[in-house]
Amino acid sequence: MAHSVRRDAPELPDFSLLKRLARDQLIYLLEQLPGRKDLFIEADLMSPLDRIANVTTLKQHDVDKLYKVEHKPIVSTSDQLCFLIRPRIKTVKWICDVVNADKAFGRFRRYKIIFSPQKFYACENLLEEQGIFGDVTTDEWSFYLLPLDDDIISLELPEFFRDYFLEGDQRWVRTAGSALHLLHSVYGPFSKVYGIGRCSKMAYESWREQVEEGEQRARQAEIGNVFLIDRDVDLVTPLCSQVVYEGLVDDIFRIKCGCVEFCPDVTSSDKSIKVMLNSQDKVFNEIRNEHFSQVFGFLSQKARNLQTAYDKRSGMNIKQMKTFVSEELKGLKQEHRLLSLHIGASESMMKKKTKQDFQELLKTEHSLLEGFEIRECISYIEEHINRQVSMVESMRLLCLLSLTENGLLPKDYRSLKAQFLQSYGIEHLLTFSNLKQLGLLVEQQPGETLTVMESRVGKLVNDKTAGKLTDAFSSLAKKSNFRALGRRLNLVPKSDEEYDLRVPRDMAYIFSGAYIPLSCKLIEQVLERDGWTGLEEVTRMLNGHEFAVTAGSNGSDARVKTDSQRIILVMFLGGCTFSEISALRFLGREKGIKFIVVTTAITNSARLLESMLDNHA
Amino acid sequence: MAFITANWNPLGEAFYRKIELYEMGWSLRDGLKECLVAAAPYGGPIALLRQPQRPSSSARPQLEIYSSSGANMASFPWKSGPVRQLGWTVCDDLLCIQEDGTVLIYDLFGAFKRHFSMGNEVVQNQVLEAKVFHSPYGTGVAIVTGASRFTLATNIDDLKLRRLPEVPGLQGAPSCWVVLTQDRQTKVLLANGVDLYILDNTSCTPVVRQTQTTYSLLCLIILALSPLTVCVFQTPPGLSPQACSIVNMAVSFSYKYLALFTDSGHLWMGSANLKDKLSEVDTKVRTPPKQMVWCRRPKSQQPSVVIMWDRLLLVAGECTDTIQYTLDEESVCVAELDGVRIIGGSRHELLQEVPSACQDIFKIASMAPGALLLEAHKEYEKSSQKADEYLREIKEQSVLGEAVRQCVEAAGYEHEPETQKTLLRAASFGKCFLSNYPPEPFVSMCRDLKVLNSVREYTVGIPLTHTQYKQMTVQVLIDRLVYRKLYPLAIEICRYLKTPEYQGVSRVLKHWACCKVQQKEEPDESIAHAVSVKLGEAAGISYSEIAARAYECGRTELAIKLLEFEPRSGEQVPLLLKMKRSQLALSKAIESGDTDLVYTVVTYLKNEMNRGDFFMTLRNQPVALSLYRQFCKHQEQDTLKDLFNQDDDHQELGNFYVKASYKEKKLEARLSLLQSAVDEYNKAKNEFAAKATEEEMKLLRFQRRLDEEKGEALLGLSLQETLHALLTSNFHKQAEQLYRDFRVPDKRYWWLKLTALAEKDDWEEMEKFAKSKKSPIGYLPFVEVCVKQHNKYEAKKYVSKVTPEQKVKAHLAIGDLEGAAEAAIERRSEGEISTVLSRCSPTTDRALLERLNRARSTAAKK
Repeated sequence: MAHSVRRDAPELPDFSLLKRLARDQLIYLLEQLPGRKDLFIEADLMSPLDRIANVTTLKQHDVDKLYKVEHKPIVSTSDQLCFLIRPRIKTVKWICDVVNADKAFGRFRRYKIIFSPQKFYACENLLEEQGIFGDVTTDEWSFYLLPLDDDIISLELPEFFRDYFLEGDQRWVRTAGSALHLLHSVYGPFSKVYGIGRCSKMAYESWREQVEEGEQRARQAEIGNVFLIDRDVDLVTPLCSQVVYEGLVDDIFRIKCGCVEFCPDVTSSDKSIKVMLNSQDKVFNEIRNEHFSQVFGFLSQKARNLQTAYDKRSGMNIKQMKTFVSEELKGLKQEHRLLSLHIGASESMMKKKTKQDFQELLKTEHSLLEGFEIRECISYIEEHINRQVSMVESMRLLCLLSLTENGLLPKDYRSLKAQFLQSYGIEHLLTFSNLKQLGLLVEQQPGETLTVMESRVGKLVNDKTAGKLTDAFSSLAKKSNFRALGRRLNLVPKSDEEYDLRVPRDMAYIFSGAYIPLSCKLIEQVLERDGWTGLEEVTRMLNGHEFAVTAGSNGSDARVKTDSQRIILVMFLGGCTFSEISALRFLGREKGIKFIVVTTAITNSARLLESMLDNHA
Repeated sequence: MAFITANWNPLGEAFYRKIELYEMGWSLRDGLKECLVAAAPYGGPIALLRQPQRPSSSARPQLEIYSSSGANMASFPWKSGPVRQLGWTVCDDLLCIQEDGTVLIYDLFGAFKRHFSMGNEVVQNQVLEAKVFHSPYGTGVAIVTGASRFTLATNIDDLKLRRLPEVPGLQGAPSCWVVLTQDRQTKVLLANGVDLYILDNTSCTPVVRQTQTTYSLLCLIILALSPLTVCVFQTPPGLSPQACSIVNMAVSFSYKYLALFTDSGHLWMGSANLKDKLSEVDTKVRTPPKQMVWCRRPKSQQPSVVIMWDRLLLVAGECTDTIQYTLDEESVCVAELDGVRIIGGSRHELLQEVPSACQDIFKIASMAPGALLLEAHKEYEKSSQKADEYLREIKEQSVLGEAVRQCVEAAGYEHEPETQKTLLRAASFGKCFLSNYPPEPFVSMCRDLKVLNSVREYTVGIPLTHTQYKQMTVQVLIDRLVYRKLYPLAIEICRYLKTPEYQGVSRVLKHWACCKVQQKEEPDESIAHAVSVKLGEAAGISYSEIAARAYECGRTELAIKLLEFEPRSGEQVPLLLKMKRSQLALSKAIESGDTDLVYTVVTYLKNEMNRGDFFMTLRNQPVALSLYRQFCKHQEQDTLKDLFNQDDDHQELGNFYVKASYKEKKLEARLSLLQSAVDEYNKAKNEFAAKATEEEMKLLRFQRRLDEEKGEALLGLSLQETLHALLTSNFHKQAEQLYRDFRVPDKRYWWLKLTALAEKDDWEEMEKFAKSKKSPIGYLPFVEVCVKQHNKYEAKKYVSKVTPEQKVKAHLAIGDLEGAAEAAIERRSEGEISTVLSRCSPTTDRALLERLNRARSTAAKK
């Protein structure tokens, strides 16, 4: 690897403890329902659960059969049913149906619902309304955090983004606060907390509240500072095509819970293979943060090395051979297997991505980011829509256009929208309404209308809530101000210089040197300045809600630069991309610090936009 | 130390001492005569119900409550029915059991709390006798009625009445009875003249009276037939047969031991399960005693019972001797964990077995280590060298540690602070000569004694012994102080013992505040102020609890003021809802950021308010509104519509109808929903959406027509898909029509038609199409589409038509390297030449390569 790692980089805390905590609690909860039982698991809890406790563990604790929640009548014959679900109305309703069906059938069973990570009043209320509150017992499995890797922890709540930013539903905020509290109580106390965005602020407040309620123990801090950031502070970055290896794998094959399924044409066999992608995979660990153009070179070098290692045995005597077989061969074999997988994956990606149209797509994206040849970009997008290349991709380009240009001209807005609807169906009228509400795709408007609306509404309520109300409308008022931000923070490097991707000089390398992700740049700036001073202009453009608080009572010794002070926890509320994680890793190497990324979910452009669709199923 | 042993009386191996706790502060004219008295254990309060001097209908008895030192706490005329029995609960509440079976509960200050009844049956038959008893489950009440039936309530806070079975042959009240708690069961042991019975939930078991010999025989039988033991209840072993009827009985504080007194003046002591006999003493007094209580302490040397007659107090133990005290006034005995308190009209005394530690130290001529140490210290204070001698003697036996321990322990048992100090000083002195003696016992004893002395203080009047204090725990002691409204003392003790704020000072302050808000005469403002000033800095105070108390007292305004101090808005909400301040509750809930709380309020409001008001309330609270919308989306679609209607949110209504239309299977219904959507969009002045929806309707109608006519399955496809389907199925005319009707952009239509034609390999039609008019998308797409369908031949046809800018691409697309090279060289574009070069392989013609390179360099020069 070309990067020179600073030697004094601190050690990351051990997050496997979080898994152990979660597992122990789950086992405890399962034993609360003694005897054999069938376990129904919410579909999107299956992978996270698998990372915490495998089937054998579950079976050891009297789980008989495992089912996926499919919202259909059940076939279980067990007398005890246990449901492990997210606190969603839909699922709870299904459970009500199951119980009521049993009742109608005159069948007696015991039911237990385990909500993860917490229960909501709405769910219990539903149980009560359906008249089965007395028939079931409910519990909470406070499984807030799943460590995906040494430096990535996920809340595995993909719906966070839509629920909070689109629907204005704040129920997950407290969950985020609790997650932070958990980290604080295990790895804290934190010394300083920075943040930007309304959700961050609320999560921070919720956490503080929990800290004050609970008892405090003095312990050695393993994490220094914390940075909270709302996803809607920077919507541009997740909408860009990812070109760093890990990001690309996610874009193309979709990494699920740190695990990817490579299809047969990657594995060059007739079946798909599931592979865990994390730092345990040595090959992957070395290429995950690399720009895609560099990956092939690296892999072939690796292949040559491997060959040499294999070749060593030709000159060996029996004894040496014996040690070789017992010590090295297994490692080499393993590496070999991984290497061939990643080469396969790269080839497959290469096929897709080096084609003419991908290059053109990237060129358009870069033009949008840089802000020139906008007309050409628009006609490219138009053609993209007309040719029905891909609905999500078209939408992504439209959103990027709107975000970077501060909204579309009314003429363009209408025509592009009309074409989009003709191409992909009228139902996207609702999608557009969502996109507009979130400020992802808007029409340029004469400036005053919004302020008028705000002041009109503002009069209705008192001062205290007025602020909140304005926030509710802020998504409408949200101007991305991308150009101005770009200039101020120098996000788009000058394009006339050649960018050497082999030796990246800044975080822009994750987008082929075209753009430094705003989110990561903000983090860098705030850490450098130890606060928001000097960034007033920027925060104004980002709609404010920034804060920097000295959290711990031990403010005095915060100055001491212990190792833990150089471990920074970054929490993305609403998801973050692998590219951003790569950028932060790069930043960490440069500065001799380590970042831990906590996110509500790993996202990318496709996931983000798909969450905007209104599934009318 | 003769004066300490002055009040000691030997009984067998042990000594008993009677110490004065208080000179009673009350002034009772007739002492305790003609009074119903109840005194709570653990140095609790004393209640008196004094019968009026002259029994007449108008004169009412007087109920008085005193502290253990005789300080008046409450006094009021008794206006309710005749009282049979008084008693105290474990939490210092007074129980007054009336003849009609009603039990009234008063607090320490005589304030009425609540009442309950012992059953309907009692009202007729009247309560003959009643007893209040304490068990691990709380405080219980047992009564026997005029119909000779027993009724039990084990825990008055969780009232479950149990009527026990009938006792054969019992008329009126039994001669004596006690309540026993054994094996998690509460039973009644009663004596009716000669017969003894055990009453439990289900049965009445007579205790068979046996002579000693037959008893042992029985034992043998029982041993042989052990399963039978359940059915046979043993008689009190060794109870002399000639002793006929039992006139009094007493059960020990721990329910482990039982004492029976017979009319022959014999006292039998044994285990409460009647299996073991401890001793039998002939008191030689034949009159039935007034009161009989156990006088034990944990680790007692012998069992002993205190029996009281009018003028005599007798302590009986294992030996045949007894200790006799004369009583000069009417008194009452209160059994304690470690002794008996004797309350008289003028004095309050404690009678107990002298603990062995005290005995060792103070017994005359004792050579116990502690005694020697005490002596050594005494000499030391006198600056006498004898101190060294004593000390040496202890050290020679290497029992100095033991000596210190004894002194510390004994200090705990002594009531007089001076004696405590002497002992502790001696202990401290001895400690100096020990290198590794742990300091904790000494330190904690000093602390405990300081606390104990302060609560034994005359003004406080809680004469706790150290043993009782340990059993009771500090928490309970604090509770009791708080209950007596001795807040400053409680706080001092908490601070002194360094109790964590949360359990200590804050808790006391909370109680203080709860009490404060009940002071009716003070205005809201000043109370709120006083509370906030006092509680300002204390950690972990729950203002909401205080506010709840204020609300209970009917002071809503004060409650709201107090809630303002509550930092956690989550805590404010439930009370606000209870006080019907729902608007305020809603905004507080929103402020808390806890959605669950908001939801709680919203659900509450939904049920409380009419729909219009409810919607209006939500409208001013966007967070609550969006939450409710979320809920409606999943649960009540129609409400959602109403909500939008109320807000005149036509845009959302439009969206709502559109969404509804997708769920609708029938086309007509679907169209009408879409029409509604159009209307709403129009109202919302969203012409674009209106038009788009209208077009959708048009499309749907068109699709239906076509489906009916041609049997195509088009319904529900998008415009693009429809066009594509039409074009691939050769319905060119219909496609044209759609194209015109929907003003599909030319570019799109051309793309569509092109791909459709290519997909079904209709090359002829494609050529016709290409020639029909000038392509708005150029001809490169033609080339690319053909190549994509692997038809290079057809592709070539269009290469010539491609614009010069795209020529190179076109040639490359069909793999014509030379053509591409030509075009690139012609255009003299460096970039394009490079593109072509990059496509060249080693097999490419060298001449071509050279030409290209040359052209590139010239182009570069330009």
